[in-house]
Amino acid sequence: MMLELKFDSRIVKEPIISKATLEANTLINIMRANVGARHGEMVIEVEKSRVDTVIEVFQSYGVEVSKFDRKIIKSDECVHCGACVSICPVEVFSIGKEEKVEADSIKCIHCGVCVNVCPVQALTLP
Amino acid sequence: MKSIHDINEKIREGNVSVITADEMKDIVEELGPEKAAKEVDVVTTGTFGAMCSSGVFLNFGHSDPQIKMEKVWLNDVEAYTGIAAVDAYIGVTQLSDTRGMEYGGAHVIEDLVRGREVTLKSTAYGTDCYPRTEIVTEISLEDLNQAVMLNPRNAYQRYNAATNSSEQTLKTYMGTLLPEFGNITFAGTGEISPLNNDPEFRTIGIGTRILLCGATGYVIGEGTQHSPPYGTLMVKGNLKEMNPEFMRAAVMPGYGVTLFVGIGIPIPILDDKMAKFAAVRDEEIETKIIDFGVPRRDKPVVKKVTYAELRSGKVEINGDEVRVSPLSSYYVSGKIAAELRDRILNESFFLTLPVERIPAKETFKPMKQTTIRVVKNVMSPAIPITPDTDVDEASRLIIKKGVNHLPVIDEEKVLIGIVTSWDIAKAVATGKIGKVKDIMTRKVITVLSDDPVVVAARKMEKYDISALPVTDTKKHLIGLITTEDLSKLLSGG
Repeated sequence: MMLELKFDSRIVKEPIISKATLEANTLINIMRANVGARHGEMVIEVEKSRVDTVIEVFQSYGVEVSKFDRKIIKSDECVHCGACVSICPVEVFSIGKEEKVEADSIKCIHCGVCVNVCPVQALTLP
Repeated sequence: MKSIHDINEKIREGNVSVITADEMKDIVEELGPEKAAKEVDVVTTGTFGAMCSSGVFLNFGHSDPQIKMEKVWLNDVEAYTGIAAVDAYIGVTQLSDTRGMEYGGAHVIEDLVRGREVTLKSTAYGTDCYPRTEIVTEISLEDLNQAVMLNPRNAYQRYNAATNSSEQTLKTYMGTLLPEFGNITFAGTGEISPLNNDPEFRTIGIGTRILLCGATGYVIGEGTQHSPPYGTLMVKGNLKEMNPEFMRAAVMPGYGVTLFVGIGIPIPILDDKMAKFAAVRDEEIETKIIDFGVPRRDKPVVKKVTYAELRSGKVEINGDEVRVSPLSSYYVSGKIAAELRDRILNESFFLTLPVERIPAKETFKPMKQTTIRVVKNVMSPAIPITPDTDVDEASRLIIKKGVNHLPVIDEEKVLIGIVTSWDIAKAVATGKIGKVKDIMTRKVITVLSDDPVVVAARKMEKYDISALPVTDTKKHLIGLITTEDLSKLLSGG
């Protein structure tokens, strides 16, 4: 399951991912990260059974944690060309039944690469 | 052995046997071509992909007083009107003068088909017989006398697939290509595509009735650049009868506007040879994956593949599994083939005999160019330094030699970085006056000595830089090309 982390300049200096890994005793996969001097944002993936513990640990360090569910939306404008299929870093898109492009949005990490390659602007990020 | 006439009789009698191309493969495998030819009368094929060589002839009718259009725009997209007074041709790739790449000729055409009004604007020099010099009005498809889609090159039999060896993302007509063989894209619909089911052009020829964007259309000849097995078709059809479900304006990001064109072609199974042709499988249809990382006409072939491999979604390059995107829609292509089948079954589509054959052999010549200027004939000598050079030593070199760029090389003369006069000024300003290796840029944009000068110019413009180190294919430094070298070229120096 994916979580979105937001933190301020104080936490930017802390190795919070390592801390959470050790304290929650679980593996954390960083899907996307944008850490600057004043604030940071990350999308991480953790095992479902450990989610609550991980959230607790992050919150104890003052990290704002939310479940990451702003996933890619594919509209009816899609002509099922497949341009997105090889672009998505986490393989959200595939050619499925009846040769239609299917979006397994649950995997989406909100990177937006697909939005910019779709020839008919059928993809949007909420 | 059947004739087109026999098949049309069967359509009229309501006992014709029509199937789509994907269904034919198994039937021939099961029954063999002879028996399949007896069982099946028509196989319907389909393709739906971006086809840039497309456009529409329009006749606007005459205004009062009349105008002989010299320039004409539809929703700010210019159409070609170097023909009679109120005739024009709007090409799908023409970009809007005001909206750039987000709107173009293809969008105008789709808007017309969807029944929307578009703004017609025209200017003229005025003559005795056509005194008017400008006009602005709103028109829709029904206001036009004729709107004929006429596409010089459609329905490519097969097409080179694309990948990218370079370190930059490339935005191309083959979609976005990720760096370092990050993905592969391919076009065409392989075994269900029209021309792969009639590779000798026995039944598809001038006059063949087809489905073009949902309307009845015709093949009017070989397409431009026709070169079997990379065959193409020139087609026409009435825009007024077209269905937006089977066409779509598209933007290939960073490249431009194009039109997804839908084409369905019936293949009459006249004999067992045609049955055998229509049994073609993706495994038998070969193409090449070419490297768009090399900005030359003759791009290196990375690998030969079949459409079956491409459609599997993954192809191996240099030991890595690389993901593949189709760019043509197999889903819509299948719908087109089914639509054509249904029309034949409903007695609303009859087959035609070509009035003339299309050549099954032809070569596609490159452009005749007087000279291609290459980087090595224009570049300047580079002044290389090593990573352990002191920054103040580098600054002295820059002043002494009157240059702005110092490429950094290792012991094997391999380029590993670059230092500019700006880097040095910055180092001095921030007090970082150590070694060159601490301040150099390590990711250097370079050009090959055999690259055409335009490739260098394009890179400088794209990355907003004023010089490129010139290397051989093994990254050995050979020279430096600067904007000054390019301006000398223009002034004839």
